[in-house]
Amino acid sequence: MSKVEVNHLTKSFGKLKVLDDISFQVEDGDFLCIVGPTGCGKTTFLNSLVKLYDVDCGEILINGEAVDLNKHSIAYIMQEYSTMSWLTVRENVQFGMKIRKFSKKKIKEKTQEVLRMVGMEKFADYYPGQLSASMLQRVSIARAFAVEPDLLLMDEPYGQLDLELRFKLEDELIRIWQETKTTIIFITHNIEEAVYMSRRIMVLTNKPTKVKEDFENPLPLPRNVTEESFVEMRNRVTNLIKWW
Amino acid sequence: MKEKKLKYTLISVASIAAFLSVWYLVTDVFHIFPSSTFPSPVKVAQAFIRKLTVKTPDGGTLATHLAASLKVALYGYLLGIGIGVPLGILMGWFRKVDLIVKPIFDLVRPIPPVGWIPLMILWLGIGMRAKATVIFVSAVTPSIINAYTGIKQTNSVHIWVARTFGAKSLETLIKVGIPSALPMIFAGLKVSLGASWMALVAAEMLASTEGLGYMIQMNRMVGKADNIMVGMITIGLVGAMLTWILEKLENKLVKGGRTK
Ligand SMILES: Nc1ncnc2c1ncn2[C@@H]1O[C@H](COP(=O)(O)OP(=O)(O)OP(=O)(O)O)[C@@H](O)[C@H]1O
Ligand SMILES: [Mg+2]
Repeated sequence: MSKVEVNHLTKSFGKLKVLDDISFQVEDGDFLCIVGPTGCGKTTFLNSLVKLYDVDCGEILINGEAVDLNKHSIAYIMQEYSTMSWLTVRENVQFGMKIRKFSKKKIKEKTQEVLRMVGMEKFADYYPGQLSASMLQRVSIARAFAVEPDLLLMDEPYGQLDLELRFKLEDELIRIWQETKTTIIFITHNIEEAVYMSRRIMVLTNKPTKVKEDFENPLPLPRNVTEESFVEMRNRVTNLIKWW
Repeated sequence: MKEKKLKYTLISVASIAAFLSVWYLVTDVFHIFPSSTFPSPVKVAQAFIRKLTVKTPDGGTLATHLAASLKVALYGYLLGIGIGVPLGILMGWFRKVDLIVKPIFDLVRPIPPVGWIPLMILWLGIGMRAKATVIFVSAVTPSIINAYTGIKQTNSVHIWVARTFGAKSLETLIKVGIPSALPMIFAGLKVSLGASWMALVAAEMLASTEGLGYMIQMNRMVGKADNIMVGMITIGLVGAMLTWILEKLENKLVKGGRTK
């Protein structure tokens, strides 16, 4: 179970100030979607959270303590391609589970489960060099889901996928969230996607980036994109974005 | 696919056949060169067969010379890569090792391996150890450089994936750094092999009482060009064979191609 606290987070690259004194909290079991203009620092935030970047000042806490990648069970689906070329699809999917020392039996079961979920079971023995961009993305998604994280970080994970698979994996993510009560931070450029899945939406400003708006999404699940309340919510987010 | 392979094989065979024919024409047919200094392929083949059993003028059969050479070469080579590859990996991964080893390495590296021979003769005589040391020096440098470069080129995204899953530095090295550096490491092993084989012959010509290089040198003194060529061809063939073995091993160990 993971509650995330971001306190006065500031991060620059040289003279370029990217994140400017950002503070917010993500409650345990919450589903937060972050939208913001391109280059505003969404990826920078997630990289800072998992300590790939050192921050200038401020802190990020999980359950009140500094992030510890061995203690806190985090999975991060990066925006960049991150599958390992020397491992098969199956081995890629098992990569995180092996580091986390899952039992052999569990690894086997879970591998089947997540491969089926992303529709890659037929390609289990392929190498990344033999796959398309969308397939590579699905492998990364499966690898993250496989470790059953307490905190799931997703950086535009569905951008590469075709619509059908996208809709399927959106529903799948909602199901996983409801079943496991994992905390999710999901970055997307797709407003409809954000309104469809999230329990909370955060809109960021241009650089130097602050939180522009942060509000609950109270629509009951499952949501219907044609319903009036859904369209209303979508327009609200769209209007916020128009002000960029 | 199969047709293409057959075509390539045919081209290779044809090119070797053409080379041998030209060699045959300029020697045995048209006698453009004196056969004592430039023997024909037939003469060399005869010398080859003779050298399998005859010990004169260099004191050994082809097999004993080859065995002597292989023994020294493999000894020095395996020691060179056995130390070079791990050292290169550690230098590439751990900054402290890099800081300590790199300056010494950069100073020693420009000295050509053959340049070590006089000192080695002085220290160790002209036996196995002196030669093996020279070969060690030849093999160790390319293995260090390639392992080092391969590790340095590890995609940081892959390192990040391992780290966010909670892997420690050593585990990340084993699961990410080394497998992704493997193609570079193998390229280094091949360069090392070539360098070792070359250094071996040089070392044997200068400081030895047996081996293929020694055999070539002895036959030069008595003017037997056919035996010199037998020695050279054996060196070439065995060198190619060792590289082939290494490539087979590479195909087995390096997975998933080199891209993405
Ligand atoms: N490692 C880095 N070194 C220097 N500048 C960086 C680095 N990473 C990001 N930046 C800069 O920081 C800013 C924020 O980048 P970031 O990747 O976090 O944006 P983003 O919000 O994820 O954008 P997108 O929606 O396009 O993915 C950009 O201006 C980028 O150029
Ligand atoms: Mg980004």
